[in-house]
Amino acid sequence: MAKVFLYPTTSLILSDLVARFGHSPLSAALQIRERIQTPGLESPPLQITPEEPKKGLKWAAVEVPSGVRGRMSLYGPMIDEAEAAIIINNADFSFGCMGCARTNELIKYLVRKRDIPVLDLEYPRNEEEGVEFVAAIKRFLDALHGGSA
Amino acid sequence: MTRVRIAQLSCGPEYSGVQKEIDEAAAAVDAEIFFPDIKLADIRRSFDMFGLDVRSPDLKLAIARAKALVEGRVEADAVFIATCFRCAEAAIVRNELRRYIHENSRLPVVSYSFTERTTSGTLLTRMEALTTIARRRALLAREVQQGLTMGVDSGSSTTKAVVMRDNQIIGTGWLPTTAVLQSADEAVTQALSAAGVTRDELQAIGTTGYGRFLVGEHLKADLIQEELTVNSKGAVFLAGTQAGPSTVIDIGGMDNKAISVQDGIPGTFTMGGICAGASGRFLEMTAKRLGVDITELGPLAMKGLSRKVPMNSYCIVFGTQSLVNALAAGSSPEDVAAAACHSVAEQVFEQQLQEVDIKDPVIMVGGTSLIQGLVRAMEELLQTKILVPHHSQYIGAVGSALLASGFIKGE
Repeated sequence: MAKVFLYPTTSLILSDLVARFGHSPLSAALQIRERIQTPGLESPPLQITPEEPKKGLKWAAVEVPSGVRGRMSLYGPMIDEAEAAIIINNADFSFGCMGCARTNELIKYLVRKRDIPVLDLEYPRNEEEGVEFVAAIKRFLDALHGGSA
Repeated sequence: MTRVRIAQLSCGPEYSGVQKEIDEAAAAVDAEIFFPDIKLADIRRSFDMFGLDVRSPDLKLAIARAKALVEGRVEADAVFIATCFRCAEAAIVRNELRRYIHENSRLPVVSYSFTERTTSGTLLTRMEALTTIARRRALLAREVQQGLTMGVDSGSSTTKAVVMRDNQIIGTGWLPTTAVLQSADEAVTQALSAAGVTRDELQAIGTTGYGRFLVGEHLKADLIQEELTVNSKGAVFLAGTQAGPSTVIDIGGMDNKAISVQDGIPGTFTMGGICAGASGRFLEMTAKRLGVDITELGPLAMKGLSRKVPMNSYCIVFGTQSLVNALAAGSSPEDVAAAACHSVAEQVFEQQLQEVDIKDPVIMVGGTSLIQGLVRAMEELLQTKILVPHHSQYIGAVGSALLASGFIKGE
């Protein structure tokens, strides 16, 4: 069973797929609701304090905005821990969404820089692409050591 | 109106750990922060319609929420726009949303860029101003001072008091702020004495400035109000420009204010300053180093040429160093004084005036508006003639006395 980092980390669907195929998802799964009443699209379910942006200094320098560093304090350890990663590019908001484009760029870079298997996929736009999308994820997960499917 | 509802449009405050500070600042002025409730479909539609092609989804969300507010799909009393400091993408959105809301609605807006160190104390005056505009629009519409009232401005550098009767200033008091209450008492004594009236005769008292709560309680003031709305009112009153648009610039001892005013009521404003190097405090230090009184710095600067001395007072320490170096290299006190004025004006121009819409007339107020060199430097940067009304140094006290007359019994 491999620890698989997911991007977007908020995607419940991805998280579920990874678990179904016998691996351990590294994600901050928070369901995006139909109506948004929180400050951001992937508002954290936990209390972040001003200490978190300081912890984020491990992944982003002090001149990087505090919001990026605060996010990295959550996602940075997940990336460090990951044994594989799935990146979905240009996903729909409802699939899973991360609010800050700069953090997203940094996350993808840090994942790709690590010497781990990475599946880079475009978000499907129709049913046909959707079927191939799931199949590609399944193939990737099966190829990882210890996959159960 | 009891609880003011402030709509928050933001990117990053939760992950910066400062959302709690924003909520606390709002709660301190009996206001409530809320996030306009919109659908995911609204984000796509509104964002496409707005036309600013940003990449961060939370900024797209902020744009969609701004459109919902302007189009009246969500009701609010005021808007607070906040994004991370040093994020260029967010800075563009922040400015454009502020302008969009200001131009398309009557909602007062304030924008702020935070770091993880932002505290509720830093945000308090801004929140207070937002709620004052929402709550006291009728009071702020007052254009004439009536009866016998007094206004006290307890500022970080100086304390000012003004006594007014039937729309005329009849007494003033001014002194450097030391012990807050003692300075206020002394300024009040000066103003009452000059006006030839006693405390008991006053029909209403207003206080403003950093020490407004302490002094207000001490004087049993009828009105205790932050300096953003009060100064706007005082500025347009003294300048005789109560109707229509105007821009008020107040370079203070500790922070600076730039306010876009419409009919005497602030629409958008910025408050702050990155460092004391962009405040009146730096000019005080310059005067001290040049061995002249602060009142002589303006005329001295008028005789100098700022371009002869390289100076950037982004930081007060390095600014002072530039000043010392220039003098040691043989620069004239006139040129150094002019350079100091230009440096302060340039920073206010670059860091604050970019966040408000400059509309004529531009009115400079506060003690620093009496430093002619500073006004000239600002005129050069803005390419416009700046109005400095008589009694401009008493702006907060005048605004306070004017607004306090709304509290006279029977008013």
